[in-house]
Amino acid sequence: MTNNSDFLKELHDPELPVPDDMRSSVAVTNLDKLMSTVYNWGRRNSIWPMAFGLACCAIEMIATAASRYDQARFGMEVIRASPRQSDLMLVSGTVTKKMVVPIVRLYNQMPEPKYVLAMGACACGGGPFKDGYNVVGGIDKYIPVDVYVPGCPPTPQALLHGLIMLQKKIDGQSLSNRNSVPWYGRGPSDEATMPVLGPDIIDPRQAHILRRQAGATEQPSEPADTDA
Amino acid sequence: MTEQVPTADTVTPTGETLNVLHKRFKKAVRQDDRDGYDGILIDPARLVEVATAARDELGYDYLASATAVDYLGKGDHLEMVYHLCRTSGGPALVLKAQTPRENAELPSLTGVWSGADFQEREAWDLMGIRFTGHPNLKRILLWEGFDGHPLRKDWREAYYEADQKPFDSRWPDGHVRRAEQDNPYGKNVRYPDGFVLDEYQSTAEDALYADVALGLDVSADLATERVVVSMGPQHPSTHGVFRMIVTLDGERIEALEPVMGYLHRNHEKIGERNTFLQNMPYTDRLDYICSLSNNLGYALAVERLMSLGSRYEPPTYRAEAIRVLMAELTRIVNHMWAIGFLLNDLGAFFTPMMYAVTERELILDFFEATTGSRMMCNYMRFGGVAHDIPDRMRSEASLINDRVRDENTMEYLHKLINERLPRAIDQFDEYLTTSEIVTNRCIGVGVLSTADAIAASAAGPVLRASGVPYDVRRADPYSIYADLDFDVAVRYHGDVYDRYLIRLDEMRQSIRILKQVWPLLMDTGGQPFFAGRGGIYSPRVPAGESYGRVENPKGELGYYVVSDGGQNPRRYHVRAPSFINLTALEQMCKGHKVADVVAILGSIDIVLGETDR
Ligand code: SF4
Repeated sequence: MTNNSDFLKELHDPELPVPDDMRSSVAVTNLDKLMSTVYNWGRRNSIWPMAFGLACCAIEMIATAASRYDQARFGMEVIRASPRQSDLMLVSGTVTKKMVVPIVRLYNQMPEPKYVLAMGACACGGGPFKDGYNVVGGIDKYIPVDVYVPGCPPTPQALLHGLIMLQKKIDGQSLSNRNSVPWYGRGPSDEATMPVLGPDIIDPRQAHILRRQAGATEQPSEPADTDA
Repeated sequence: MTEQVPTADTVTPTGETLNVLHKRFKKAVRQDDRDGYDGILIDPARLVEVATAARDELGYDYLASATAVDYLGKGDHLEMVYHLCRTSGGPALVLKAQTPRENAELPSLTGVWSGADFQEREAWDLMGIRFTGHPNLKRILLWEGFDGHPLRKDWREAYYEADQKPFDSRWPDGHVRRAEQDNPYGKNVRYPDGFVLDEYQSTAEDALYADVALGLDVSADLATERVVVSMGPQHPSTHGVFRMIVTLDGERIEALEPVMGYLHRNHEKIGERNTFLQNMPYTDRLDYICSLSNNLGYALAVERLMSLGSRYEPPTYRAEAIRVLMAELTRIVNHMWAIGFLLNDLGAFFTPMMYAVTERELILDFFEATTGSRMMCNYMRFGGVAHDIPDRMRSEASLINDRVRDENTMEYLHKLINERLPRAIDQFDEYLTTSEIVTNRCIGVGVLSTADAIAASAAGPVLRASGVPYDVRRADPYSIYADLDFDVAVRYHGDVYDRYLIRLDEMRQSIRILKQVWPLLMDTGGQPFFAGRGGIYSPRVPAGESYGRVENPKGELGYYVVSDGGQNPRRYHVRAPSFINLTALEQMCKGHKVADVVAILGSIDIVLGETDR
C-alpha cells in the first residue's frame, strides 16, 4: 500500500458519491468492504509459510527466502515448522504416493484461512516423473490449490511472482460473501479426505469406482472425471 | 591434514582374482563371459564364503555397490551384482550371483559388510529377491502392502504405455493424450485383480513400528521412561522428507530406524524406458544440489559402454577441463550448503545459511550463463559437453538488489576462484571453526570408527573424516584428475566436527584444482568441446555392462548401466552416496541425546532426491 490514493480508490464504493476534489483524501464505503480491505491488507502482508520442502524445488524456495531474492519484502519470511502456525503451504517438489498421506494430514492441521501454492512441474501435474509408479500427478488431485507456479524448478523470480499472485487473490476475498471462501461460511469447513496406503494409494472418494472395477473386471470401464 | 594416496594401476582385477578364487572354490566361481560383461559369477551357495575371502584375503574390503538386474527374456534369472573395491585404490572387482525369478532367494552379505543392509532391502523391495539371513528384510522405498516388485521387467505401472520411449502418443505424429484419460480412476493408480476395498486393512504404518519398539507396547500408558518418537517426514532438520523412528530412554537414543521413500520418484524404472540421452536431465534431479557432477558420473558410465563399440571417440581435452571445472565448482556449492545447513541444525538458524547461499548464487550465475539453467543444468553429453563456455555473462535481471551486468566470463571465473571463494571459505573457517556453538555440539558427537565406516560402505566426507583417505578421484581416476595436483583430505576422529572440518579442507582442495583448470581453459579456448561423429543426440551404445563412478561431493556416486544394444538401457541403477551413508546413522546416534540426531544427520549431508531416487 505504497500509494494512498490507489488504496482509497480500491476502498471506495462507486455507488456512493464523493466530490471530485476530495477523492484523493476521502473514501466512502460500506462496513463490509472496509473490513475486508483492511483485514485482507493485514493478511496478505503477513503470510507465514510452512517450512516444508519436498524435493529439488525446495532448494529454489530456500534461495528465494535468502538474501538475494529476499522473500521478506513481502512479509513472508516467518517460516514456521508447525502447520498449526502456518497460513501457506508451499508444495515445493514431487509429491509421491507415500508422501501425499502426510501432506493431506498437514493440510488438515493448518488453521484457516489457509492457502496452497503448487511450486514446480511436479506439484502442478507430475512433472518429469509423472509416469512413475509412486508419483502423484499433481497435488491438486488431493487438496485444493490456489496458485500454480510452473517450471522445473521455477526460478526464484517465478516463485515471487506466484506469491504476489496469491496476495492478489487474498485482496479479492470478501468477508461478506460467504461463498467466496469456505472459512467465512457457516459451520466448520470440510477436511480434505485422507488417502490410504494400500496395494496402491487409495482415495476414499473413489471407493465407488474401486468397487465397480472389482465387480466388473471384464468390461472396459469408462474414464472417470479427471479431477474427481 | 592431508595425505598423498598412490594412484592405482588400471589392470582389470577379474583375471588375477579368478585364479586365486578358483583354486579354492573350484566350480563355484567362473568368469562371466557374456559379451561386454566382466566379473565373476558365483554359486549362491558359496557366496558368503567367497565374499569373505575377497574381503579378508584379497583386500577388497569395501562394498561399493550392490544391486539387482532382471534378465527376463535373456536367461530368465535375477542377478545380484556386487562391486567391491580396495580402500587402498584400484578398479572394482565385480561379483555376481544368479537366482531364478520364481522364489528368488540369495544369501545376505550383511554379515560380511553391514553396508549391504539397505542395498539388499532395496533389492527386495524393488526386485523381489529374498535375502536369507538379513536381519530386517522390510520394504525400504515403498510401503508394506504395496503390490509387487516394480523393477521387475514384467511389472507395469498404472500409466504404462510402452517398454521404450519415445512413446507413440508423443512422437513423431501421435496424438498427445493425457495419461489420466486412459485410467478409470483418472489418476496414477492401479490395483491388483480381485482387490476388495471393504476387506482391506492398511499395514503401511503399523509395519514401521512392528519391530522398532524394542518390546515396548506403545499403545499402553505412557508412564514409561521409554518413548518411541517419529521424527519427520515433515521436520525442519531432516533435510527434506526423511523420517526416523527413534526409541528414546529419557532423552537418550536406544534405537533409530531410518524410514525413507517419501521422495521415491521411480528414477530407475523411468530410466529404463528412457533412451540413454533422455536420462541425462533426470540425473540432475538425483542430488539436486550437484546436478553437474551427477551428469559427469552418468556420462562416464555410458562412455565406458560406448568405448566397447567401434565408433567411439573419447571426449576432447577441453571438454574434460570444462567437466572438471563444473564438478569442482559444484563441490564448493554443495559443501557451503552442507555447512550452512549443519549450522541450522545446530541452532544458528539461517544466518550462516545466508552466507552460504550468497556464494552459491555467484557460482549459479556462471552455471546459468553456460548451461542455461541455475540448478538443473543437463550439460554433459556422451563425448563432451553441450555448449562451450560463453564469452560474456549477461544478466538481464533488474531486481532492485541484483545488478544488471555484462562481464567477461573467464575474468569473472578468475575473480571467483582466486578472490571471492577463497575469502568466503576463510570467512566460514574464522566464524565457525572455533565458535562455541560448533565446538560444544560437534566434538566427540556421532563418532564412526574407521573399521565401521569401511564396513558400512560410508563414502565421501563421512568416510574420509573417519581416517580413510579414499577418494575416487585418486583411487580410480577419471577425466583429467590424474594430471591435476591435489591432496585427498582426511581427518581422523570420525565425529561431527571432523566431518565439518573436512568439508572446509575439500573446498580448499577444490580451489587448488580450479586454479589449475583455469589456465587449461584459457589454453584450449576455441577447441572443440564435443567429440564423436555419432552426434549429440543419438549415441550408439553396444551391449554390455558398465559401472561409472565419480567422487561426488557427498561420496561415491556410481551408475551401473546394462545395455542390450538398443536405444534404452536394460538396467539403470544409481549407487547413491546419501542412501548408503545412512546405513551407519543408527550406529552414530546410539547413546547420544535426541538433539544430537539432527546434528549427526546434518554432518552426513543427505539429499533426498538421491536417497530415495
Ligand atoms: S518440478 Fe522439477 S525441480 Fe521441481 S521438484 Fe519436480 S523435478 Fe524437481
